Amino acid sequence: MNPSHTASWGILNRRDFPRLLDALRTQGYRIIGPTLQDGAVKWGDIATVDDFPVGWRDHQSPGHYRLERTESFRYFDIVHGAESFKPLTFAPRETLLVLERTHKTFVATPILPDPEPLAVLGVRACDLAGLAIQDRIFLHGPYADPYYRARRDRLFIIAVQCTRALDTCFCASMGTGPQATAGFDLALIEGDADFVVQTGSEEGARLAQHLSLHPVPPERLRQEEIRMAACAASQTRSIDQSALPRALYDAHDHERWDDVARRCLACTNCTMVCPTCFCHGVEEQPDLMWTRSERARVWDSCFTPDHGYIHGKNLRPTIKDRYRMWLTHKLAAWIDQFGMSGCVGCGRCLTWCPVGIDLTEEIKELIRSRQASGS
Amino acid sequence: MNMESAISPPMNPFVIHPAVIKEKRQEAPEIVTFRLQLEDPAIRKQFRFEPGQFNMVYAFGVGEVAISIVSDPDHPRELDHTIRIVGRTTDVIGRMQPGDRLGIRGPFGKGWPMEEAKGSDILIVTGGLGCAPVVGAIEYIFRRRENYGMMNILHGVKAPHDLLYRERFDAWRAHPRTHVWLTSDEPGKTWHYHVGVVTELFDRVQFDPNHTFVMMCGPEIMMRVASHLLSQRGLTPDRMYVSLERHMACGIGLCGHCQLGPYFICKDGPVMRLDRILPWLGKSGI
Amino acid sequence: MARPARSFRQGTKPRLAVMKFASCDGCQLSILNMEDELLSLGTVLDIAYFPEASSRRLAGPYDITFVEGSISMPEDVQRLADIRQRTTWLITIGACATAGGIQALRNWADAEEWKRAIYPHPDYIRSLSTSTPISEHVKVDFEVWGCPIDKRQLLRVLTDIIGGVRPRLPHHSVCLECKRQRQVCVLVAKGEPCLGPVTQTGCGAICPGMARACYGCFGPAEGPVAAPGAPPNTHALAQQFHRSLGLIPVEVIRRFRGINGYLQPFREESHAWESTEDTHNQG
Ligand SMILES: Cc1cc2nc3c(=O)[nH]c(=O)nc-3n(C[C@H](O)[C@H](O)[C@H](O)COP(=O)(O)OP(=O)(O)OC[C@H]3O[C@@H](n4cnc5c(N)ncnc54)[C@H](O)[C@@H]3O)c2cc1C
Ligand code: SF4
Ligand code: SF4
Ligand code: SF4
Ligand code: SF4
Ligand code: FES
Repeated sequence: MNPSHTASWGILNRRDFPRLLDALRTQGYRIIGPTLQDGAVKWGDIATVDDFPVGWRDHQSPGHYRLERTESFRYFDIVHGAESFKPLTFAPRETLLVLERTHKTFVATPILPDPEPLAVLGVRACDLAGLAIQDRIFLHGPYADPYYRARRDRLFIIAVQCTRALDTCFCASMGTGPQATAGFDLALIEGDADFVVQTGSEEGARLAQHLSLHPVPPERLRQEEIRMAACAASQTRSIDQSALPRALYDAHDHERWDDVARRCLACTNCTMVCPTCFCHGVEEQPDLMWTRSERARVWDSCFTPDHGYIHGKNLRPTIKDRYRMWLTHKLAAWIDQFGMSGCVGCGRCLTWCPVGIDLTEEIKELIRSRQASGS
Repeated sequence: MNMESAISPPMNPFVIHPAVIKEKRQEAPEIVTFRLQLEDPAIRKQFRFEPGQFNMVYAFGVGEVAISIVSDPDHPRELDHTIRIVGRTTDVIGRMQPGDRLGIRGPFGKGWPMEEAKGSDILIVTGGLGCAPVVGAIEYIFRRRENYGMMNILHGVKAPHDLLYRERFDAWRAHPRTHVWLTSDEPGKTWHYHVGVVTELFDRVQFDPNHTFVMMCGPEIMMRVASHLLSQRGLTPDRMYVSLERHMACGIGLCGHCQLGPYFICKDGPVMRLDRILPWLGKSGI
Repeated sequence: MARPARSFRQGTKPRLAVMKFASCDGCQLSILNMEDELLSLGTVLDIAYFPEASSRRLAGPYDITFVEGSISMPEDVQRLADIRQRTTWLITIGACATAGGIQALRNWADAEEWKRAIYPHPDYIRSLSTSTPISEHVKVDFEVWGCPIDKRQLLRVLTDIIGGVRPRLPHHSVCLECKRQRQVCVLVAKGEPCLGPVTQTGCGAICPGMARACYGCFGPAEGPVAAPGAPPNTHALAQQFHRSLGLIPVEVIRRFRGINGYLQPFREESHAWESTEDTHNQG
């Protein structure tokens, strides 16, 4: 994606929407988007426009996710699915190397992922913000990750702008949404009769040429801006970042950690669904003959017993230690490490926490009053 | 879309390079030193490191562990690793013999400030069981003895039997302008050194705070107390360095395991200047 | 080559035995189900005693003995002690051996009364009043949990032992694996009382993958005894079952008092709800 690209806008009639799929396929892309699976919405293959979850909308609140039938004919009424964008670029499990014993020594062969061109349709502003953070980690540190890069470079990204927020969304307070402003090839705003299409890259502009777009009246763009602003205004949760990271570092001994530790299961779900969490471990799998071994990278989490392990002891044995690690990393240390918060406000960790722990509530308590813990 | 980098993959930092064990030395019952040579001549040729940096050392089919490089950076074609056998992977490594292959990824991390410390006196403070990360620095100085001032090595253990590798301290003691101070928290029959915590030794050691660099390695609480006492003796935190240890899976700042506060010990450390790390040192549960 | 040092006599294949106590044989079946691997297993191991699989019964000592089943009869205790004497590695396989199994439900009941109620001639039934894990009787070198065990885990443990490496299996929650497999959480999306958050990984998150709640077959996450403040937080999950998913206390008890109900974290959780069973307001 070219940051110097000058955006242009056009209108795509609803009946022409399938052309977008055709154009992508002609360019050789496999297309994925939001699809209904197992009572939720997940990334899935899009063969025709009927694969989109038309007539469904999602309700999300802490610890709770339900889909509800509607009369709507729109394609993108679902705000966001159970998964973030993360598994598409940072695979939950992937082989890094195969090692084989030879005569006296061994050879390590990297197994890079298949760079099949992939178009992702229906990406939200928070997803893009999460992707930008993961790019920062995996591609712009001292060592670039070739596995991530292979999955990343093949992408064509079509964002969909948010005009409805979930109860759990707080992207507005994190400055990441609801409007996607960068990081996409194309962005769509879905209206009743049509889509407003915005180009975000040269590749996007080239694809848009196949869509027979109509000019957009300036009034229409203003209306859409208002819809997105209303979506931002409807968000009820927020994180006050003005005192971060300091305030959270200072809250190391706060009694609220004991309180949340009584509720938290240390189950890892929040870190798994979070679009930015990047922790991973390596699983080594030798064969029975000890002639061949596979090293696979797997998602890991600071809630596991191994994460803080150094020989002989676990530096973070308790749930309190682990919850504090997650929140302090996410909302404070991240800022020092990467110059940005580790939270994009997608609200997934609230929804998919089996006991509905809401980090916006926890952080409020932790930085409001600086009481010392009794223990 | 940008297919180019997918076609010509850049260097893959996850690839493990085989290295042959040239020599094996049993230093103590549970401590071995291996001299390794990378098999691939091209990789061997470009391999450069600093004292205090580490390699991820791999045992086939078992896994990797972070291990400091203790040999001399002027001879990077051969790499010495002193390994204490403490668990699953080091157990397997410890049983390897000359001619066997280990794997190597590295070197990673930031080493000791050997350049800045030139011309200064050196105070080494270590505690606990074995402290490989400072060994590289100590040996480095001995090979360039004229470049450095007075050398004081302070080492504390909990009980006399925790002093693995007593011979090495004796050998260091023999170097010019070098003092080695040993202490044990608990007394013992064969223990003719000091009894008490390592920080008690500070009162006995003479040093000029304005011309001394401190290099520390050991339990974080010990380093925290030591740095506090040394500050009282006039040493400024920008002249004190510590080597830290955390769980490491990648060594390259990607896997998230080695975090300590805002730092990744694998890339911001393992050697860190005290003033940067002091707020986090020895804090419980992090 | 990197030689994984052998802890066995050089040049000989380690001898494997499979022994059984009170159990359903399901775990032994898991071994038999490794069709693909059995062949290569034969080349690296000498399967010396495995009645379920072969009539070949070589006498001990053995290098590796898998023990299936719990201790539930008086004579079990001595037989187990003999097995311990004749093996280098004693590895328990399956929830019966590691946790007492489903038959440990009797540990909460009056076993004598059950006998009278079930059998026409209760005098013929010789059984202990409890069903207990192997580790309550002899030293166990490694435990492979699960009901039934997971063949990949078993293979992994065997591979390590053959290679001279200490076996190790992960202790984290089922949820981590569930998410790695990109499954939709049945607790959050369907309100199913899933035990995944407090259960140890190993099964491959099979049940959530079939839209069902985890039954806790692999026992409590992070081990048989919970350290203070450490996972599994069975209490918080039980509260969620009760308050948000609407389970009444007896249903909460049933969730925790399953195959691994005798292990401390699950046992204590079910006990806690017993005392509040009538009041219905666990606080
Ligand atoms: C920068 C640095 C330099 C070091 N230099 C040296 C040195 O020069 N010499 C030396 O002897 N030691 C050194 N160490 C310590 C050494 O890395 C550990 O002793 C070693 O990792 C322990 O390995 P193990 O045999 O227990 O292997 P394993 O138990 O197989 O551990 C391998 C990896 O998994 C982690 N791990 C260990 N046990 C568990 C568990 N139960 N669950 C989950 N994860 C686990 C470890 O942290 C390690 O990363 C250094 C450590 C660091 C961070
Ligand atoms: S911390 Fe929670 S709300 Fe923030 S980005 Fe991660 S999952 Fe979304
Ligand atoms: S340490 Fe925890 S919060 Fe931070 S990236 Fe890793 S899993 Fe996420
Ligand atoms: S906060 Fe919720 S999702 Fe995260 S570990 Fe705790 S219980 Fe699990
Ligand atoms: S379905 Fe069960 S195992 Fe899977 S994430 Fe949800 S609670 Fe955890
Ligand atoms: S060891 Fe992986 S980030 Fe430091």
